[in-house]
Amino acid sequence: MSYDVAIIGAGPAGMSAAVRLRALGAAVIVIDEQPAPGGQIFRGIERNAASPVFPALGEDYAKGCALVAAFRASGAEYLPSTQVWQIEDGWNLFLTTERKARHITARAVLLANGAQERPVPFPGWTLPNVMTVGAAQILLKSGGMLPEGRIWIAGAGPLPLLYATQLLNLGGRIAGYLDTATTPKLSALARLPGAWREFGNLAKGLRWLRDVRRSGMMIKGFSDLRAEGEERLEHLTWEAAGKRHRVEADVLLVHEGVVPRIHETLALRCEHIWNEEQGYLAPKLDRWGQTSRKDLFVAGDAGGIGGWMAATVSGEIAALGIAGQLGIAANPDDLRQAAHLDQRRARALALRPFLDALYPPPRTRLADDVIACRCEEVTAGAIRSAARNSPADPSAVKAATRCGMGPCQGRQCGYTVQALLAEVHGLPIGDVSFFHIRPPLKPITLGEIASLEHAEGAA
Amino acid sequence: MSTDVLIIGGGLHGLSAALQAARRGVSVQLVERHFVGRHASGATAAGVRTLGRNVAELPLSLEAAESWHHMKALVDDDCGFVACGQLQLAEDGEALAKIAKRIARLEAMGLHHERLVDADDVQSVLPGVSPHCVGGAFVSGDGSADPHRAIRAFRDAAKKAGVTIVEECLVTSLTRSAGHWRAETIRGIFEARLIVNAAGAWADHISVLAGDPLRHAIRTSMMVVTERVAPRIKPVVSSFGRRLSLKQTSQGTLLIGGGSQGKLAADRQSAAVDITALASSVQAAIRVFPELRGVRMVRTWAGMEAMTPDHIPVIGFSQKVEGLIHVFGFSGHGFQLVPSVGRVVADLICEGHTNHNLDAFRASRIAIERVAA
Repeated sequence: MSYDVAIIGAGPAGMSAAVRLRALGAAVIVIDEQPAPGGQIFRGIERNAASPVFPALGEDYAKGCALVAAFRASGAEYLPSTQVWQIEDGWNLFLTTERKARHITARAVLLANGAQERPVPFPGWTLPNVMTVGAAQILLKSGGMLPEGRIWIAGAGPLPLLYATQLLNLGGRIAGYLDTATTPKLSALARLPGAWREFGNLAKGLRWLRDVRRSGMMIKGFSDLRAEGEERLEHLTWEAAGKRHRVEADVLLVHEGVVPRIHETLALRCEHIWNEEQGYLAPKLDRWGQTSRKDLFVAGDAGGIGGWMAATVSGEIAALGIAGQLGIAANPDDLRQAAHLDQRRARALALRPFLDALYPPPRTRLADDVIACRCEEVTAGAIRSAARNSPADPSAVKAATRCGMGPCQGRQCGYTVQALLAEVHGLPIGDVSFFHIRPPLKPITLGEIASLEHAEGAA
Repeated sequence: MSTDVLIIGGGLHGLSAALQAARRGVSVQLVERHFVGRHASGATAAGVRTLGRNVAELPLSLEAAESWHHMKALVDDDCGFVACGQLQLAEDGEALAKIAKRIARLEAMGLHHERLVDADDVQSVLPGVSPHCVGGAFVSGDGSADPHRAIRAFRDAAKKAGVTIVEECLVTSLTRSAGHWRAETIRGIFEARLIVNAAGAWADHISVLAGDPLRHAIRTSMMVVTERVAPRIKPVVSSFGRRLSLKQTSQGTLLIGGGSQGKLAADRQSAAVDITALASSVQAAIRVFPELRGVRMVRTWAGMEAMTPDHIPVIGFSQKVEGLIHVFGFSGHGFQLVPSVGRVVADLICEGHTNHNLDAFRASRIAIERVAA
């Protein structure tokens, strides 16, 4: 099958882009991994709207209903529960739905596939019952599931606070909260005046913080957090005020912010820019969200973390950019102005500089015995020793240690390897490249790829 | 810096020649444009195979086979070599007849390394193989190794033997005067009495710089690696006349290749995976081993290597330019030959000749003819 535009991701950016493009008359297909539209932020929103979980998920979550309804009514072809595992020039997209591979073509591709949680290795992070806040939130939104036992949260940023509040709203309890955020620096506060325009958001953050403080222990100013246990997590220890502390724990939820999903744009060899403050790579985009490759666009957090409201606007902007380029809309600039998209985006991003300064990624030196690559169980020490024996190239470290060769394809260890190479070679992190990303973008079975030659559209 | 030899190319063949020449007291520098083992040596399935070799390569291959069984003596590590056997399947009677003919021809030459096997033998060597496989050829002493471990072992042994290895060092020009080479690189000037062109997919470029222009194609064979699964495939498996090679590594992952070609970039500097072409290799693997259907593949890649029209390498002195030795063009099956070819190139470096007959490997067969003026 052939389309004007293939949109990957049915979150805020993908849905709003689809709605706009359909209104302009484009033939659109939206491909998404989840069984229902909404993305991470509005995951399961159609089903949850009628459930007791709904009010507990908060005001922002409820705001997704209108967008999902508009998307459903847009007339875009929608492929849920589908993985895009390869994108070739042209554009040829290889997909798998229910174990069956197929191939479609599109004149333009919009990547609206969002963010992933920043992997932050620390001693014990691979123990069972240590998981990310994002994963816990997926369980909550997918089936109202809450963790049981003594729940600890360690991390920084808005998401752990939001999750903690959602958990408390549903009658859950938090044994303690290890706040890894550093005390706000003057540089963060200096950015606050602009942020006051978004006072509502800020007040929301303070309210979350207050709720969490009331519910359990709030610990600040600690270091060297360790998750320990034999078969699974049993206790946590940390250093504070020159003393080692130890608590029993059944579940530890960690979170250190989110980073764009870049495997697709890396695999397609788009140019990327290193964001030094937040420590991530993002594709270089023009004012319409087009990458360095013609007819390949990115919208939402995949192009740089901005949150769901900014994603919604950037989806619309990309839709207009694509429509202009494909000759579907004659006057994209006028449409952009008429919808006040730039003003709306500026407003949605107002608090971002403050948050970015408030929550920098952790930059503590990784001890040699900490596992950096979960899939292949490669330690930071092994990576350092390979790095000393090779040029500052992640591919050389990968070949020497198997780090990044497992099923996650470097999504968990890519930035760690980059940082360790920079450390060993005395380079700025941004000067070290990321892994080469090889197909498939998602693991698929041999049976699926073998089914391809007989699949519709495949040569 | 001036040495006896400058080796251009830090693949396994360059490293092996460097190591074995340095051990004989020659001073050796090796330059590599990326990092050692970046291309074919790191992209290989690392089969150690005498089975089905071109007869011209067999003397070198049989010598190498011996070395693989004693690899520790050469590089102080076994390079992950396991003599798990190589099995070439016959998927029909015609393939089996051709295999039988080949083995008969080898035996007439006094070579007995390949053994003809029947359907029952195939089932016992490879439980789970599809019953349509009627037999094949088996070499029990063949096997496979770990390419990255081999690269590290050869690199470390070469360094220990006194070889200077300079990575991220692209050669930009080569000039020869008064019996001496001068190589300009992005990391300065290197001088040497002899140059070894072990530049793999870029050997044609080096041959032009050195004044002996040669032409070769670039092979971009693709590989698939899967998640780890329980051990079930012992030998390295191929299929007569089909694009298939299948093995299980010591980590438990499955490696599937067999020569399906990726897409070479127009500038010949990189290669990308071609999913549709790859699907045919995967189909071949599932055809002979149906139970692999549910195994997840996690990564694919396309390697880059020089390929000659007759699919056998170029090894030996340039017939045109003095002080130049070529060693490249292994056309997708050079891994096993690393120990013996390195020894032969070291002979050429140190003695100026070798005991192996290199006539079949001469460079002139791929020379770019000079256009008559």
